[in-house]
Formats: sequence, structure tokens, C-alpha cells
Amino acid sequence: MDKITSQDQLKVLQESIVAKRDPDKTCITICAGTGCLAYGTQKLIDSFREEIVKRDLQDTVELRTSGCHGFCERGPIVVIFPKKIFYQRVGLDDAPEILEKTIGNGEIIERLLYENPINGEKLTFEDDVPFYNKQMRLLLAQNPEIDPKSFDDFIANGGYQALAKAIGTMTPESVIQEIIDADLRGRGGGGFPAGWKWDATRKAEGDVKYVICNADEGDPGAYMDRSLLEGNPHSILEGMLIGAFAIGCSEGYIYVRNEYPLAVENTELAIAKAREIGLLGNNIMGSDFSFDIKIVRGGGAFVCGESSALFASIEGRSGEPRAKYVHATDRGLYDKPTTLNNVETWANVPLIIGRGSAWYQSIGTEGSKGTKIFALVGKINNTGLVEVPMGTTLKEIIYDIGGGIPDGRKFKAVQTGGPSGGCIPAEHLDTPVDFDELTKLGSMMGSGGMIVMDDRNCMVDVARYFLSFLEEESCGKCTPCREGVHQMRLILDRICAGEGKEDDIDTLEWMGQAIADGSLCALGGSAPSPVLSTIRYFRDEYLAHIRDKKCPAGVCKALITYTINADCTGCRLCVKPCPTQAITGEKKQLHVIDQDKCIQCGACYEVCKDNAVTVA
Amino acid sequence: MENTIKSIIDKYEGDKGFLVPVLQDVQKELNYLPREALDLVSSFLEIPLSYIFEVATFYKAFSLKPRGRFQMQLCKGTACHVRGVPLIIDQVERELNIKEGETTEDLEYTFETVNCLGACALGPILVVNGEYHGQMNIAKTSRLLKKLAKESEKSEEGKS
Repeated sequence: MDKITSQDQLKVLQESIVAKRDPDKTCITICAGTGCLAYGTQKLIDSFREEIVKRDLQDTVELRTSGCHGFCERGPIVVIFPKKIFYQRVGLDDAPEILEKTIGNGEIIERLLYENPINGEKLTFEDDVPFYNKQMRLLLAQNPEIDPKSFDDFIANGGYQALAKAIGTMTPESVIQEIIDADLRGRGGGGFPAGWKWDATRKAEGDVKYVICNADEGDPGAYMDRSLLEGNPHSILEGMLIGAFAIGCSEGYIYVRNEYPLAVENTELAIAKAREIGLLGNNIMGSDFSFDIKIVRGGGAFVCGESSALFASIEGRSGEPRAKYVHATDRGLYDKPTTLNNVETWANVPLIIGRGSAWYQSIGTEGSKGTKIFALVGKINNTGLVEVPMGTTLKEIIYDIGGGIPDGRKFKAVQTGGPSGGCIPAEHLDTPVDFDELTKLGSMMGSGGMIVMDDRNCMVDVARYFLSFLEEESCGKCTPCREGVHQMRLILDRICAGEGKEDDIDTLEWMGQAIADGSLCALGGSAPSPVLSTIRYFRDEYLAHIRDKKCPAGVCKALITYTINADCTGCRLCVKPCPTQAITGEKKQLHVIDQDKCIQCGACYEVCKDNAVTVA
Repeated sequence: MENTIKSIIDKYEGDKGFLVPVLQDVQKELNYLPREALDLVSSFLEIPLSYIFEVATFYKAFSLKPRGRFQMQLCKGTACHVRGVPLIIDQVERELNIKEGETTEDLEYTFETVNCLGACALGPILVVNGEYHGQMNIAKTSRLLKKLAKESEKSEEGKS
């Protein structure tokens, strides 16, 4: 393939690819994102490949392995284009049947359809599935439609057109103005206006400047950045290219978690292809703009998501943050002016330049424009990636799209913002989600993790979980974070162990405030949030642990007792899994747990089919 | 070992800034970071050993001790946590008689926890040598551990 040296050539290339394709051709698309691959989907893909050849269908049927479709709960997912027949929980040996019945005879396989939990109706087409049709998919829209390893797929879908528009028809200043006008706020957590950052970096003095894509997605329970990068890597490159053009950079980095091998692989491929075609390198599209990108894999340290720690890590040092009186836009990577945005922020850039800031402004709320991708996980029926306009309420996300709480249990709280965020209780479910509203509730947007919890989750335990996480991930440089978080965790340990004291809550509150005020970086600055927000909304639960020595959710081992009630049918199912032989009882007789032997491992509770094991 | 490390460093053109990726690749080759390997990296890259040691102990991905034949990684992300991972951690620790992050003396098992694998629909997830085991609970973990013990015994017999 020749190098693209002008905007027109890109247009010609796109047209020639599209002309070769038949939009009505049957295309079997299989989700090959990390989530679906974890289900073993590779076997299904191989089987489709073999069967298509065996049945001599190569000319009439196309097979596409795409990035993440988002509906992870229902994987493996197969969508048959052009009608978008939606098959979910596809068996790894279902390929012959699908080819035989659906492709061969136009027959729908009922068993593989999604059933609407509200009315039991089987839904044939993806567009009818509430999980999808209640979303607004802009950033994730292309994921099911392109093979991330195929450059042609991306070009056919309008790829690099926004870059062509920027280079061909706009000045760097007008590109920045467009991003400022769009009010694009950083999706990594802070919500800082991206355009301002770009502008400051452009205006900073220096010959060498950098743009960086932060793909060190560390918040547990958030994986939208990975899905974008592994599912549509060229869109991220395009965003960075536009940014580099506007700011005046010739070098860029993508800093990606080493735990995301597929994202690394697909991005490396995309970079190589972009270089080959002249979209990275010297004189891009015939202009005097030159730019290249390197990938750096992280070393598994949460703090490296923080900008100055990330710079240190790219420079080959331990990822310790520094004080922020000097901005990265003046002195960032290698002390040069640097713009760092996260993956999702970069993914927004081509959309804004392509369709204009006025269009972008029309989506979202007063202070937060555009869409946001949330990773909806935990105790939720439809685990997956959800993209909605800013301002969508928590209730819509959790119930209309997420399908509510499994096993008929009661919603208790939703945790947003990762370890730096907070837990939001049921009374705030009508809150429209945007940067400012979540902050008002004592939580934050963060990178978009949304962990749903039910009445069997203990809020004190959850707070302790986040503190242990941050204690382990604290880099140790500043005292408030290193020592303070540790001390708070010790207090929570005591409370969970039934040794809490009446004034512990006060101590946690003032200590939390001191850590927030005194820490060097955002990790420590926000570390107390999960504790403070759970105290704010679930004080009674703390008091139950401290005063009554009870864990109402049945989680904290020292405070709970497993007992067997009269519903026991004497099936003996629980006897064998018990590691301490604490359960006795004859067949068809009521069983009993010897409390002296019980270690609260939960094995009996898990296996009991009659709900006869109770925790209190 | 010298050649392995030299070829890894050559891949990054001897650039000191790529210390972290160099160590990642060395660990991939050698399963952990032995002292001799760090000495070699230090002399090839002309970086003081103390500095390399700082970096190698800072990042969680590096291990200075040999790791087991069965490398078990249990996801400890929030979604997995709320679905009962703490009970599974207790169970694995109890059954293998090691703590989180440790390796059994016979170098058969390493039990680690990781922050988030981002496959939350499958949580709790336990990965054994790269293979995903999803929606784990106490009973499934028990079965898996028995299966691994059998494999371990079989290979012991093979050796003798």
C-alpha cells in the first residue's frame, strides 16, 4: 500500500475499500475482547473458521473477530450482520449449528437469544435489547463493526478523516479552540478541561513537547480504556495525532498496563500500520507535521496512573509522584512541556473535530459534555460496559440498562470513582451522573467504575478493602498517605474484628481530613473518601459493628455466626465441604454446626440448596 | 543467562529509560529476577545495582524469588471482592498452607492476588498459568486445587 500524502488520497483509499465491500454480505462478528476470550471464545472462533471452509462458505460469509461489545455478562457474543441477529452465551461448539440453521436456512436459534427479563420475550436483534438500545454509543460504536487488527476496517468506517480535516483545513489554534468550545473534560478522573491543558502546553516554552496517552487503567472494576484500546486502537492514535498537531509535538507515548496484553498487541500492530502508511512519521499527509508514538508497559503500580509518577515510570524510575506546583504542561516528561490525557479522552477527540464542538455541546449536562463509559460491575444482572450521555441517572444505568440486582436481593449502594471515590446509597439513585453531581455526593466520577452492592455487602468491609488497596499501592513518599492510611486501616480492622471503640468514627473522620489535606498527590488526597462516604451514608452500620458487635450484612467473620435452621432437609450436602468437620447430623435429620469448630469459611452457606444455612 | 539478557537489552537499544520493560522481559524469560540477572542488567545498562533494586522492588509485577510451577492469580478487584473473594483467599491460604504472595517450599504453587483483570462478569476469577477460571466459589476452588494436586503428583511420579 502506498503512503497517504494528502487528504484526497485518504478519501480515495476509503472509497476504494468501501467499493470492494458488499454492505449486505453476511458477516458473523464474534466478540474477541478480553472478557469474551476469558470465556474461551478462541475455540469458538477457530471452529467458525474451520466450518466455513468445510462448508465452502468463504465467498458468501465473512468472519470478523471484533473488540469488546460491552455486554460481558452474556459472552460469548456473536452478532450476525447486516441484520444484527444477536446471539448470546453461545456455546463453544455452537458454530456448526449457527452456520447450518441461521446462515443456511435463515432460521433463528431460540436458545441463543436474549430473553427480556421483564416479560420473558425473546429478542432476535441487537437493536431490541434494552442493554444496548438505552445507551448512546459514540466511542464504543465502532467496536463491534471493526476488527482491531484490520486497518481497512477502520478506514472504511471513516477513520483518520478527522485528522485529515485538522491538518488540511484547520490551524493548531483552531483545533485547540474547538476542543475548548466542546468543553471536553478529562475522563481519567479529575475532569480537567482538556483544551486548557493543550493550550497551556502549546504556549509553554520549549522545542520538545510530548503528548501521552494514559492507559494505566488501575481502578479495580474499570476496564473501558482497555476495551477502547484493544477494540479500536487507531481511534486513539488518531486522537493523539490531532492533539500532537494542535500542541506542536513530535513525540508521543502510550503508557499501558502490562496486564493488558491484547491491548498492547493491537496497539503495536496499529502503530506499525500507521507508520507504514505514513500516518505516523515525517510529513504526515504531506504537511510539515511529524509525529511518532512509542508504547511503554507499566509495572503494576496503581500510583503510576498519577501523571508525575507516570512520567517517572516512563523515564525508567520508580513511580513516585512529585509536588504539583510545577504543572506538567510546563515541565512534564523529561522536564519538557507535556499533555497527558487518558484513553477515553483521546477517543473523544476525533469525534469532536469530525462533527464539531456544537454537536458535542448538545450532549450531556451544563458542566459535563458528551458521553461517559461506565464499567457496570458487581452485584448487577448485566455486567458490562455502558456508554450514556452525561446526566443519565444512576437508576437508569443500574435498572434500565443494568437490569437490576441479581437473585432478588436489595440494592444497597453503588461505588463510583475507584478507590478514590465513594459509596452512594439508594436515596440518591435519581442523581444525574456527571462530574459535579458525583462530587457533591462525596464520591467522584473517576475513570467510570460503577460497582453495585447489595444487602449482603458490608460497608465497613468495603471501606477497609479500599484502604488496604491504597495502603499497598501508596508509594511511601509522603507521610500522611504512607502512615495515615495504614493507621486508618488498623482502626477499621479493629472495628471489623468487633473491637471497635465509640470514638473510632470521630478519629477516622478527623484523620481522613488530615490525610486529604496533607498528602502530596491525588492518591493520598482522596484515599479517605471511601471511609468518609460510608460513614456519611452508613453510620448505623459502623455503630452496629462498634456497639452491638454485629455485622448486619453477614460479612465480618469475627461478628457472624453460621447456623442451620428448620428448613434443613438433612441432605448432607454441606457436611463434606466443611473443612473443619464442624457439621454433624444424620441423613434426613436436621444438621447442626459446632460453633467451636466453625471457622466462618462460608462453604456450607454456598452449597445449601434449601437456604437453611443462615448468617447473623 | 548472559546471552538472554544481552539480547533483551539489545532489543531496547541499550536505552536506560527502558529499564522497566527490560526487567519485565527478563522476568518473562527466567520466571523471576535472580540476583545474577540484576547484576548483568546493571553492568550492561551501566545503572547502579541499588537503583535497579529500587525499581524491581517498587513495581508489584516483579518477583525477586523463584515462583512456583502453578502460578495462581486471584483477582482482587472490587467487583470480585463484593462477590466473595476474601473467602476464597482464606481457603487457598488454608489449603496450600501459604500466605497471599508466597510460593510453596516445593516450588509447586505460587499464590498471588492481582488488582483487577477487567473481566468482571466472570468474577471471582482465578487464573492458573494464564488459564481463566471464572465465577469461582468455594466448591469450585476446592475442585480446582484437587485437580492441580493430582497433576503435581503425576509429574512427581514421572520424575522418580
